[in-house]
Amino acid sequence: MKLLIKNGTLITRDRTENNTDILIEDGKISRIGKNISGKADETINAEGLAVLPGLVDAHCHLRDPGYEYKEDIRTGSMSAAKGGFTSIACMPNTNPVIDNESIVRYVIDKARREAVVNVYPIGAITKGLQGNELAEMGRMKAAGIVAVSDDGRPVMQASVMKKAIIYAGGFGLPVISHCEDMDLAEGGSMNEGETSTKLGLHGIPSAAEDVMVAREIILSEYTHMPVHIAHVSTRGAVEMIRQAKKRGVPVTAETCPHYFTLTENACEGYNTNAKVNPPLRTQEDVEAVIEGLKDGTIDIIATDHAPHHFDEKNVEFELAANGMVGFETALPLALTYLVAPGILTLNQLADKMSSKPAEILKIDKGHIRPGADADMVLVNLGEEYIINPNEFLSKSKNTPFAGFKVKGRVKYTIVGGKIVYQDH
Amino acid sequence: MKLRSKDLLGLEHVEPDEITLILDLARDMKKIVLSNMKRVNYLQGRSVVTLFYENSTRTRVSFEFAAKYMGAHAVNVAVSTSSVAKGESLIDTGRTLDMMGTDIVVIRHSQPGAPHLLARNIQASVINAGDGMHEHPTQALLDMFTIREAKGGFEGLKVAIIGDIMHSRVARSNIYGLGKMGAKVYLYGPSTLMPPGIEKMGCRVCSSIEEAVDCADVVMGLRIQRERLKKALIPSTEEYSKFFGLDTNHLELARKDAIVMHPGPVNRGVEMTSMLIDSEQSKITEQVRNGVAVRMALLYLLAGRE
Repeated sequence: MKLLIKNGTLITRDRTENNTDILIEDGKISRIGKNISGKADETINAEGLAVLPGLVDAHCHLRDPGYEYKEDIRTGSMSAAKGGFTSIACMPNTNPVIDNESIVRYVIDKARREAVVNVYPIGAITKGLQGNELAEMGRMKAAGIVAVSDDGRPVMQASVMKKAIIYAGGFGLPVISHCEDMDLAEGGSMNEGETSTKLGLHGIPSAAEDVMVAREIILSEYTHMPVHIAHVSTRGAVEMIRQAKKRGVPVTAETCPHYFTLTENACEGYNTNAKVNPPLRTQEDVEAVIEGLKDGTIDIIATDHAPHHFDEKNVEFELAANGMVGFETALPLALTYLVAPGILTLNQLADKMSSKPAEILKIDKGHIRPGADADMVLVNLGEEYIINPNEFLSKSKNTPFAGFKVKGRVKYTIVGGKIVYQDH
Repeated sequence: MKLRSKDLLGLEHVEPDEITLILDLARDMKKIVLSNMKRVNYLQGRSVVTLFYENSTRTRVSFEFAAKYMGAHAVNVAVSTSSVAKGESLIDTGRTLDMMGTDIVVIRHSQPGAPHLLARNIQASVINAGDGMHEHPTQALLDMFTIREAKGGFEGLKVAIIGDIMHSRVARSNIYGLGKMGAKVYLYGPSTLMPPGIEKMGCRVCSSIEEAVDCADVVMGLRIQRERLKKALIPSTEEYSKFFGLDTNHLELARKDAIVMHPGPVNRGVEMTSMLIDSEQSKITEQVRNGVAVRMALLYLLAGRE
């Protein structure tokens, strides 16, 4: 099986090349160059399209097993493919929790049968996400996990987190920390500030995130072990991570599109589609996150794709589920809000949404070079459109971005040399 | 003139001319409340449901009388908060009431925004009778009616609101309503109970109780709840009354003709001394009477929309 991509603009983290052809044979990239001729089984005319390494999402929720009414591995992977993602790492807060090798195997086996993109499970840090005993990280790694996280449920005991970082480090597993001091959060449902005051909603102070980020930095520095900070949303967190990196602390950090595009104002009118954890913050925080992306403090952009059923959002704000779907909006939002205004170059975006997350997860993805897996996304950078949740392939439509005008549309997504998504 | 919205969810989005309309009509309604023949047929054939997910006596009874004095069918549905989590959803309850022919649903709920959710999903008009810490628009309207009765208007008035601002939906609605009508609202209370960014709503946060009540035309106290102790927001009700309680000496700093108000129920001797509550300048009982008149006006205006 040969696939030839003709005349695309190749964009990787370190180069941009116009009018480039890419020949794919048996799932791998075999040649990159100008005017590659010869017979292919299929040819894509990529004239006017950008060819990027397939996007890698280090943080998503596929809800399978247990919450298949929100999403399952098949629909989640189709949604990812439509968004240009070719490799996705899914969080363990399923039911049952991914905290042992048999559930890891379930995810991997089902993904092999039904998913159209590469799925990498993330195992729990603690059994049942309870924050007490360590989960069997070694056996889960042998079964295929790429990282550990208790995402959604911070490990509140510092002593447990310290040992988890050391133990996971021994297996070469990245630890992804959901930074939220539950005690300071006091069950709040949006950012604490003028909007929560106005709406009469209990607020989550930015300090709840900052205190935990400070703890993880201190533990990472103390143990000399890496920690990856999930979904950074505050100015304070960006500043502390920046300083830590300067000292050589092995921390990495991610943010999500909603933290560089939206503020707490999106919750006005009790808009539950804007309810997410960590909560949408202030303009000052958004600017700090953007600055962190620009200067490299924030290494990667993840989606935190969090599908929820309509009925879980069409309720009182404080009772509504946290999170928003993200696969199908992440790339266009990043192109519109980061690349178009000149904050990031396309090469930097390719790094932050593909090469770098692959590096953090230690998976051999995020490259376009001969011999690499043929995972790619072809994007029409000039195509403008309005985000319409009814067009999402995800089972869930919970997004605060409905009606947003964006620029940059995924035309083809290729996984292992196979076209898994094509825009018509 | 009519109200612009089918619902009254808060005073944030109500225009000054609508407030004036309600208060003017309430003046006529008050005559009915004061009469021996408390029965008119303005709402004959209409049905009003009070749907209360939180305990309340005065507000619920006030609405019920308001509806009944005007000849409406009034039904009270009391729902314990615990049934929210396990039982029928708010929207489904609302739709059920809709199908039974309810014209107006008066809702009190511990969840901020619950009336908004209901209003978006049902045909009947929705009146917010208090949603968590968010708004309590009819309380603010009756407060404003009481102030206007005593002062003749709002322009340039100084209104001091003292106490637990953070948890007070009454304070929020009054800040909006009084602000729109030209009064100036000054706030004071324990710093732990002063929510961040409240001044953005159009009021001023004072650094002492004296600053707040100085030359005030209206001095309003708010209820402090004992649960605030458990949340480590205040150390004791004794300390609270010493530093944040209102007494007659504070009234001396206010204007001579200042009035004293409280949305009730009052913790005597905690947020306000009995001397003040029972003083000649106190309008606390009059507020309750005015509440019925204001709610009559509102029910009338919402029911008469079509």
